[in-house]
Formats: sequence, C-alpha cells, structure tokens
Amino acid sequence: MRTRTIEILVGLFVVCGLLAALALAVTVSGLSGTKQDTYKIYAHFDNIGGLTKKAEVTLAGVQIGTVTNIKLDPQMLTAVVEMHIFSEVNYLSIDSSVQILTSGLLGGKYIGLSVGAEEEVLTDGGVIEDSQSALVLEELIGKFLFNKVSD
Amino acid sequence: MLDILAVTGRHFIEKLAGFGRATLVLMHALFVWPQPRTSIPLIVKQLYSVGVKSLLIIAVSGLFIGMVLGLQGYTILVDFASEQAVGQMVALSLVRELAPVVTALLFAGRAGSALTAEIGLMKATEQLASLEMIGVDPLRRIVAPRLWAGFISMPLLSMIFAIVGIYGGAVVSIDWLGVYSGSFWSVMQSSVDFYDDVLNGVIKSLVFGFVITWIAVYQGLQSVPTSEGISQATTQTVVYSSLMILALDFVLTALMFGNI
Repeated sequence: MRTRTIEILVGLFVVCGLLAALALAVTVSGLSGTKQDTYKIYAHFDNIGGLTKKAEVTLAGVQIGTVTNIKLDPQMLTAVVEMHIFSEVNYLSIDSSVQILTSGLLGGKYIGLSVGAEEEVLTDGGVIEDSQSALVLEELIGKFLFNKVSD
Repeated sequence: MLDILAVTGRHFIEKLAGFGRATLVLMHALFVWPQPRTSIPLIVKQLYSVGVKSLLIIAVSGLFIGMVLGLQGYTILVDFASEQAVGQMVALSLVRELAPVVTALLFAGRAGSALTAEIGLMKATEQLASLEMIGVDPLRRIVAPRLWAGFISMPLLSMIFAIVGIYGGAVVSIDWLGVYSGSFWSVMQSSVDFYDDVLNGVIKSLVFGFVITWIAVYQGLQSVPTSEGISQATTQTVVYSSLMILALDFVLTALMFGNI
C-alpha cells in the first residue's frame, strides 16, 4: 500500500516532467510535430538588413508563411530568401511584390507581400521578381545628409 | 618557508586524493552489472524523496520568478514601446539560465543536504558497516539509487520550473499588464529555438543534477561519524554544490552560447 502510493506519486512526477518538456517544445519554442502543408517560394533582395529565419511572411498583416532559409547568391551577389507559404494560400499572383518591414521601432523584421494583378499564381519553387530591400537607417541618414549639403 | 610549502602541498594532495576517492565511489556505484529487479524499486523510492518532495518548492519558486521577470521586463520594455518582447525575455532567461541554475541551487539545499545527512547518519550508526557485514554492497544498495534519482529528477524539475515560470510571466504580462497575448506567444516562439535553447538548458540541468548528488553522496560517505561531523558535511555539501553550480554554469554557457 505504502509503496504503491509512492509509485503513483513518482509516476505523476515523471508525467509532469514530460508534460513540461512537451509544453516547452510546443508552446514555448513553437516546435510542432504536425507540420502544416507548405510550398516554397523565393525572392532576391539587395539587402536583407537583419531579417532572420523563422520571420513571418504576411499578406495584409496576416501571417501566410515563414522565412525558412537565407542564402547569398554567388553570381548575382544578392540575398536569396526561401519562404514556406501555407498551401491554402494558393492565390499569390506571379507579379506579387515583397518588402522587408519592421514591426515597431525595435521589433523584429518580417516580410510583407502584396499581390499583383496577373492571373497566373506562384507555385512551389516560384520566384518573386519585385522586391524592396530592408530600410537601413545609416543609408537613410546618409541620403538625408547628402541632400542637405546639395541644397 | 619550507613549512608553508609543505602545508600547501599537503592540502593539495589531500584535495586530489579526495577527488580521486569520490571518482572511485562514483565509478563503483554506477558501472556495475545492472540488476533491474532489485535496483528499480530502490530508485523509485529515492525519486520520491528527491524528486516528488522537491516539486512544491520548485513549482512555487518558478511561478514567482516568472512573475517577477514579467513585471520587471515589462517596466523596462514599455519604455521602448516593445512590451510584446516580454515573452521572449521571460522565456529565454528562464529556459537558458534561471531554470537550470535556480532549480539546482534549490535542489542542493532541499535534496542534497538531506542526502548527506542521511548517509552520514547511516555511517555514524554503522548501518553501512553492517550492510557490508551481511554481504550487501552499500555503494550499490545505498549510493547508486540516490545518484540515479538525482540524475533523473533534476532535468524534470528544471523543465517544470521553466514552464511554470513562463506561465507565471504570461499571467502577469497578459492578464495584469495588458500585453497582447498573440504577440506575447508568437514573439516567444519565433525567438526560442528548441535545440539551441531548450535542449541546452536540459543538458545544463543534467550536469547540475549529476554534480549535486555526487557531492552530496560523497560528503555523506566521507563525513566524520559524529553529530558535529555530519553537520559539517551537510554544510559543505550545500556550499560546494552551490559553488560548483555557478562555476559550471559559466563554463557551460560559454561553451553553448559563447560563439553566438
């Protein structure tokens, strides 16, 4: 009897610990076993200015995917951003444009996507041609100063 | 002059010999042919006294530490209009640092000292010697289950600490301070990496659990079998394991996160 209570309590303890591990994996680090169906699209940027993996891809402010990889294209010397878009969002036209935006003053970078007018839609492996680089503060200040001097 | 040198040398040799004996005890207790039928019930019993009984203090301190982190983080971050990052701050500081370290410190005080006192008293009342007399290896019967129990329960306790703390922080910042819950969780999820942050925290707590129980058990076995000796050994367990936790934490953090 006494041993049995102990065994039950120990079992409860171990289950609690494993549940905590599960909660840490799922709710805290966003690791999900059931992967949502996605398709890949790519975009080239001159400057990604602090965009990171796992950044959101949004359309009208609503998340439609995540950034999964960022590489440098050795020929064109631009950044290639790989995005996974949820497969139910299958109506992005091929002349869509992307830009890198910042949420709040110090918030993280994310990608804002605007849909174009073409009938044809982006499919797996599609490339978005029209891209606008991240706003780099130093460049902005540099331009501002340059205009002041030339005035 | 030579006397001073001799004293230093003697101290060093004594410490080294102590470390060697502790390693021998550890090897002897852990690396034996496993006998699951006798050892598993013993480990379960120790898991109860080491793990289950520490659960309450761990959960309560985790809750309060998480709530304080939420409160403090909010008051600082709200100045920069980025109070949604409070989730990231609470989660990262808990998962990476506070959960393993604070759990280990509490565990050393709560379970480590009890282990030392228990084994020290067993030695003082010659229970260990009588076990040996009847042909039972005390290292195997007494020491090994305690080592395994500490090793198993530390990571579990640390994960419970982290998750309770994160929910405490969520309650404070979402319900009381009015941070938008969607951005609280999404900023947290996009910044916390399961392998880099969560698993490294678990590895830290494994190392701490190992070190604490090792020190506690060895201090118990080494204690002078008097009431004064046991009290001294208990104090030393807490002091040594706290120092080792903090020092090892720095080393582990430098190894895991230093190159970022």
